[in-house]
Order: sequence, then structure tokens, then C-alpha cells
Amino acid sequence: MNKKFQENLISNSIRVAGSASIIFILLIFFFLLREGLPTLVEVSPKDLLNTRWYPIEGLFGILPLLSGSLIVTVFSILIALPLGVGTAIYLGEIAPQRVNEILKPTIEILAGIPSVVLGFIGILVLSPFMRETFNLPTGLTAFTGAFLLALISIPTIVSIAEDALYAVPKTYRDAAYALGASQWQVIWGVVVPAARTGILTAVMLGVGRSLGETMAVMMVTGNAPTMFTGLNSFISPIRTMTATIASEMGEVASGSTHYHVLFFIGILLFIFSLIINVTSAKSLKKLSNKGRAQVVS
Amino acid sequence: MKRNTPEIIFFILLIFTACGSRNPQNNAQPPAASAQTYIENKGSDTLVNLALAWAEKYQNDHPEVQISVTGGGSGTGFAALINGSIDVANASRGIKPEEIEEAKKNGFEPVEIIVANDAIAVIVNPENPISELTLEQVSRIYKGELTNWKELGGEDRPIVRLSRETNSGTHVYFLETVIRLGSSEDKAIFSADTLLLPSSEGIIAEVSDNPNAIGYDGLGYVTKEVKMIALAGTAGDTYILPSAETVISKQYPISRHLFMYTRGQPEGVEKEYIDWILSPEAQAIVTELGFVPVIPVEKP
Repeated sequence: MNKKFQENLISNSIRVAGSASIIFILLIFFFLLREGLPTLVEVSPKDLLNTRWYPIEGLFGILPLLSGSLIVTVFSILIALPLGVGTAIYLGEIAPQRVNEILKPTIEILAGIPSVVLGFIGILVLSPFMRETFNLPTGLTAFTGAFLLALISIPTIVSIAEDALYAVPKTYRDAAYALGASQWQVIWGVVVPAARTGILTAVMLGVGRSLGETMAVMMVTGNAPTMFTGLNSFISPIRTMTATIASEMGEVASGSTHYHVLFFIGILLFIFSLIINVTSAKSLKKLSNKGRAQVVS
Repeated sequence: MKRNTPEIIFFILLIFTACGSRNPQNNAQPPAASAQTYIENKGSDTLVNLALAWAEKYQNDHPEVQISVTGGGSGTGFAALINGSIDVANASRGIKPEEIEEAKKNGFEPVEIIVANDAIAVIVNPENPISELTLEQVSRIYKGELTNWKELGGEDRPIVRLSRETNSGTHVYFLETVIRLGSSEDKAIFSADTLLLPSSEGIIAEVSDNPNAIGYDGLGYVTKEVKMIALAGTAGDTYILPSAETVISKQYPISRHLFMYTRGQPEGVEKEYIDWILSPEAQAIVTELGFVPVIPVEKP
């Protein structure tokens, strides 16, 4: 009896722990919906899809904010992907043990630097450097933000991609070497394709990290709500969704239209990260089947 | 290693926290004097340094009172005053009618006290040859009508406009007084490519570094690394540099009051603190920090 009670207690508490995160997500989502959906009643879709964001005069066009987040995220991944995956391959496949022992903890320290500190360095060092080197009107640009975001997402990408490479069975490598392949051929032709699923997960997590990062971006992108106008938007100031919420949330009267719109932007961020997760899960499934078939055949 | 890193950081933080222990003065307090009074003070970033200097001096003289001061913007301060999380709000703009309504709904009437005056300095990089502008020229720059310093007789450089965020009282004041030139019918707003920086320091840092930039900031924040512009109300007037004298004599065209707001008439410790702020001793700190003291208003 006593044993059965214990058994029940333990399995039930584990069940609660397991479902807790789902409950939290649902609660967060309902809260966001409750606070954000009134936007659709208070602001007409036409005004919401306007190109000017100036909330204190009732201009709630969210397009510049969407455009800003998109530009920064895309470019940060373009920088972080080759660097992150390259580092993971070097660490997992090429670097001797002793180099590994120094390099890995160093990368983990990079992950531990608070983003506000990176932002500070961005303002004082990176932004003046950018302005002088590329002769820009100002160094507070989308690129400066993307570069810092790349630094923030690289440790995530490296550690997950490295795990993925590590998970490739040794037999794959042995077989490839036995066939006379060089080290590069083994890495590029066998190990990386076999670890593709994990590398993709790493990149997706990096995208999520970039999309959600706030402080560093708020400090170095200039926060000007401008629209995407082509490649030069990359070197112009932009304003992201996260920075907008962070800098304006403290000021709004709760229950006002501005307050609802900020939560609406929160809903959009939530939906975006959901889409990223779902599509990555789907393509992971596809890729993992294909990858296995390739290596086996 | 992966497991250890956060722990190491935690311990480092712990050591720092341990180092920053309370003032020895507080420890020396006899246990009988446990009647500590706290004053929570929050709001305008323009006022935050001044409010901190006041709080520090006052706590030195009155160890039984503890004052915590934080910034965040005038709007943030009002929001906190209304929802009851602070006792005194700092503001660089007057309270809005909506905010008074909300305060009344929460059962109190905010009381306004003018604690200092401030000039808004328009600043550029010291390399920029421009040193005089009319208010109308500044307005046209910020509306996006002028985009190159050449059009104002300067070098051939793009103009980079810097502003505080929209939750800043300084932003609202600048919008109404400079961009709209004080006309309430004017609906002009900042050009969309105006950089909105989260802090006064951010503006000073960018202006002192970037020869293309123009910014504005409270006089108390202006450092030697940036150049102040002499302003004239209209083209015929004389160009005046901001300073305590030109603000008191009302020659400088863009100056304003700085306020503290309390929940109803201040009482007890709060009242003593605010009376002290209006005393010559506290107003001397105002001058020290580059603001303009409150003087008895002499109507001409």
C-alpha cells in the first residue's frame, strides 16, 4: 500500500512537471491573445499595415518593425551559419584534443556574456569602426545589429552542431576512410550530410535566438522605424519588433490602444517562432530520411 | 565545463554582491532607530542624476530616510505613480489630463512641484563648422526637409538626426516646441529615419563620435565632447547659447520646468524631503549639475 502510494506520488509529480511547460505556454498564449487581440478592433487593418510607426500620434503601422526584424535576423544568420558550423566541424573533426580543451570553454564563455555588454561594445567600438570603414552616415545600422546577433547565436549553433557531428557513428567514418577518402572528403561527403538534421536544428535555434534578442539590438541599430528599400537598408538604421516592445512597454497606460498594439506585436513574434519551430521539425523529418538513405546506399 | 560556466559566473556575481555591502553608517545605527522610511522615486531620465545627487546628500544628513531613485522616462514615472509602486515621480513634462484622470480613478490627486529648470541644448560634433541655427532650421532638419549640412552652409555631409525615445519627456517637449514651433495645429512629426536612442548618454556618445550627427539633450547632460548650437527664435533674433543665465533671463528659446509629482499633498518625511529640495542647499546642487535652479518667478 505504502509502496503503491509512493509510486503514484512520484509518477504523478513527474507527470505534472512534464505538462507544466505546455500549461505555461498555453497560459502565455491566452494572455497575449487577451491583451493583443483588441488591436484588431481598435486599429483598422489599413492603419496597421501602414509604413509609419509613431505611436504617440496614433500611427501604428507595424510594417517597418516587421521589416527591421527580418533584415537583422536574416543577416545575422548569414554571418553566424558559416562561422558556427565551421567552428563545430573544426572542433569535432579536425582540432587536436589540446586545442579543443581551450577552444570549447572559450566559446562557452562567449555564450555567457550578457547581451547588454555586447551592445555596449557595439556602441563604443563596432559602430564607429563601421562608420569610418564603410564611410556611412552613421554606424548604428542593421548590419551592426546583425553582427552582434551573430556573436550571440554562434555559441548555440556551435554546441548543437557539434553534438550532431559527434552523434554520427564512427563506423561511417571508418567505412569512408577504408574506401580511400581524404579527411576533407570524409567530413564534407559523409559526416556533415549524416549530421544535417542536427545542423539544421542548430541554425533554427540560432534564428530563434536572433529574432528574440532585444537589448543588444536596441542599443546598436538606431531604432529608426524605416522600411526595407533594397540592399542599402542593410546599412541603414532600423527598428526591430523586440526593441519596440522593450522601449515602449514601460511608458504605455495599460489598456490603451498603444498597449494593445505592443501585445499584438508580441503575438506576431510568438507566431513567428512557432512557424520556425514547425517548419524546422518538418524539414528535419524529410532530411533525416533522405540523409540516412544517402549514407546507407 | 558546460555545467560549470554558469556556476562560475554565479560565484563571481556573489563576490561582487558581497563587496557592495551597505554603508558602514547604516550598520552603526543603534537597533532602536529601526524606524526606516523609504521614499521610492522614479521617472524622467533628464532628472535622474539630479535626483540621485539630492537623494545621496539627503540620506547622508538623515540616515533614517532611504531614497531609491530610478530613471525610465517621465511617462514611466507617471505610470508607476498612478499604479502606486512609487511615492514621488520625476518628470520633464507636465502631467497629461488622461494621467490625472487615471490617478483620480486610483483615489488620489497628483500634486506638482517645480524642482528645477532645464534648457534643451541642440548639439553637434565639434568638427561640424555650423554653430548657429534658427528654430525653424532645426525644425526643418528634424522633419526631414533638410538632409545635407551643405544646405545650411556646412560641409557636404548627410545629416543624421538623433532623438530620445518617444517615452521621454524631452522627446515630447522637442516635438511640440521645436518641430511644431509651438503651434498646436501643426501635425508635423519626426522624420521616419530619425534615430531613437534609449538614453541621453547614447545621444552624447553618438554625437561626440559622428561628425554627421545632430542631437538634442538636457543642458545637464551636455559634455565637452560635443558642441552646443546657438539658437535664435527667428532669423532676425540674436543667436543665444544655452546657459543658466540665458535660461533665467528667458533669452534662450527652448527651456522648460522639471517637476516632481506626489500622491496628494506631500506629508511627513516626503514633505520634509521636498521642502529641502527647494532650499538653497539643494538648489546649489542643481547649479553644480548644469541645470538651472528654481528662482522666485519675477514677472516683468
